[in-house]
Amino acid sequence: MLWETIILAQRAIRRNVLRSTLTILGIVIGVAAVIILVTLGNGATAQVTSEISKLGSNLLQVRPGQGFRGPGGTRSNAPNFSMDDAAAIAKEIEGLAAVAPSATQGTQAIFGSQNWSTSVTGTDNNYLLTRDWPMAGGRTFTSGEIKSGKAVCLIGATVQKELFGAQDPMGAAIRLKNITCEIIGVLAAKGQAAFGMDQDDIILVPIRMLHRRMAGNTEVNAIMVSARNGYSTEKVQKDIERLMRERRGITKGKEDDFMVRDMKEVMAALTGTTRVLTALLGAVAAVSLLVGGIGIMNIMLVSVTERTREIGIRLAIGALEKNVLMQFLVEAVVLSCFGGLIGILLGLAAASASAEALRVPFILNWGIVLIAFLFSAAVGIIFGYFPARKAARLDPIEALRHE
Amino acid sequence: MTMVIQSDIHEIPIIQMKGVSKIYGRGAAAMQALKGIDICIRQGEFVAVMGPSGSGKSTCMNILGCLDTPSEGVFLLHGADIGGLSRDQRALIRRHYIGFVFQGFNLLNRTSALENVELPLIYRGTPLRERRRRAMRALTAVGLNGWETHTPGELSGGQQQRVAIARAIVTDPKVILADEPTGNLDSERSREVMDLLTAFNREQGITIVMVTHEPDMAAYAGRRIIFKDGHIDATRPEGCSA
Repeated sequence: MLWETIILAQRAIRRNVLRSTLTILGIVIGVAAVIILVTLGNGATAQVTSEISKLGSNLLQVRPGQGFRGPGGTRSNAPNFSMDDAAAIAKEIEGLAAVAPSATQGTQAIFGSQNWSTSVTGTDNNYLLTRDWPMAGGRTFTSGEIKSGKAVCLIGATVQKELFGAQDPMGAAIRLKNITCEIIGVLAAKGQAAFGMDQDDIILVPIRMLHRRMAGNTEVNAIMVSARNGYSTEKVQKDIERLMRERRGITKGKEDDFMVRDMKEVMAALTGTTRVLTALLGAVAAVSLLVGGIGIMNIMLVSVTERTREIGIRLAIGALEKNVLMQFLVEAVVLSCFGGLIGILLGLAAASASAEALRVPFILNWGIVLIAFLFSAAVGIIFGYFPARKAARLDPIEALRHE
Repeated sequence: MTMVIQSDIHEIPIIQMKGVSKIYGRGAAAMQALKGIDICIRQGEFVAVMGPSGSGKSTCMNILGCLDTPSEGVFLLHGADIGGLSRDQRALIRRHYIGFVFQGFNLLNRTSALENVELPLIYRGTPLRERRRRAMRALTAVGLNGWETHTPGELSGGQQQRVAIARAIVTDPKVILADEPTGNLDSERSREVMDLLTAFNREQGITIVMVTHEPDMAAYAGRRIIFKDGHIDATRPEGCSA
């Protein structure tokens, strides 16, 4: 009987193709919008997660506080760290896999006629460990090079591309400011930019070389720390905070003038934000589903009025109220489900196209597809019920007289 | 159906109305369409209902068709009191015992003749194959073999009314209620329709109650019930008391 009703419904829908199409348009758009937004949102979340994990697992960054309020409320940067601070962390904190002091300067890198504006980071081999960064070719620094501050460097994939193109950079000499620096290795590409910053746009040199020949001081901008597997990053973070307060002479009750950032926390905060955003956009899109539902109710009411005589005939020859109710309800549900299916297909197509355009991964979430479909079916039931009940309660005598 | 059962049915009149009144509206605006009528119709009769418009015959037909209930009095269909039944219960009575033929045919538009005839069987839950078979048989019985795929729009008025008759008889009803079945047809088509109704009445023993304005059509019936101002003037068959 239900199957018969469905056949009947699709026949009634096909009888008025244009109107049925316009009726389901609201549902189609609503479902498509939900699918697109949620799929892209999930893609963005996944991308943020993967980018942060690219920074290095178990990575903690120790940086001086920025925008720290000095006396009189003026903005000034907190003092940088020293090499001793990094050594103290390595010596006194338990559970560390690697500690790398780093100092960074923006500079021009020149090779032949090629000229590229990039940043030079002075550090040691531990930097690669903390950042979980493999080499694409060549070798890392020798301990002799680190100690003496020899003018050798490792270059990132972007620098390689900009300065050398397809040429082999190994052993070539590039100029940083007025220092000639030999390339001994190339870093593996980290891939896409994180937070708008290209991680591969980097040159690594021994920190002693940067201090002596480029910076003229021995300051450390940031200390990269990675916790050993199995050690809680929260505990390491607390220990470092305590140690640094002590070393920087911060008395009790005063705020830190530095920060220890746990990348896991950053990741949680960022993915949390994109998730909330996705949910919000999805909810806005869902409102259009509601509007689509009202459209269906509207057309079903018109349809009931138009088909009053048909309803009268059916009631006269023995249809029960529930038979007529089901007929119109099923018609509304078939309409809305059909709209939902089209919306899902359109939404997935549009989502995959725009994921490509926006360079976020396309993540097919069957859960949201199912929810969108069930939601459109529910819209059909909810908004189809009132017109269907109106049809079922018609007086057959009146209905048969209706012109 | 065996002869024994049919003779049993003859013991009880198919239609009995006792003191049936119908009042529309309330208070000063109340209008009494039927003023306490008594009707008795035996199984297998062919009765013509006549009378000017507004005389109460349509109201009476609605009650006979279980589409409406009397305000006062008793209506027994084959001995069963219809008065207290719910809307759905009356729908079930219609589904199983009554066939309707209307003046305006009342077929479903853009639906083939076969599907129109099948319609009452769908509500009875008859399986598809059986439904097709019975609908085809009904269409053949009204002489429309070969027209089953045509929609009402592609059929003449006489053919449409024959489809409607096929729809009425496809369930093997006890009673056919025909409301001016020839009202929209010329005399030639009218005669065809009346011949069909007469045949079903004679051959299958289906009771027919037919409203008509035309004495020519009324002549096909065994007797007449004439309405006037909510009262009736009828001859009563022997052994049938209201």
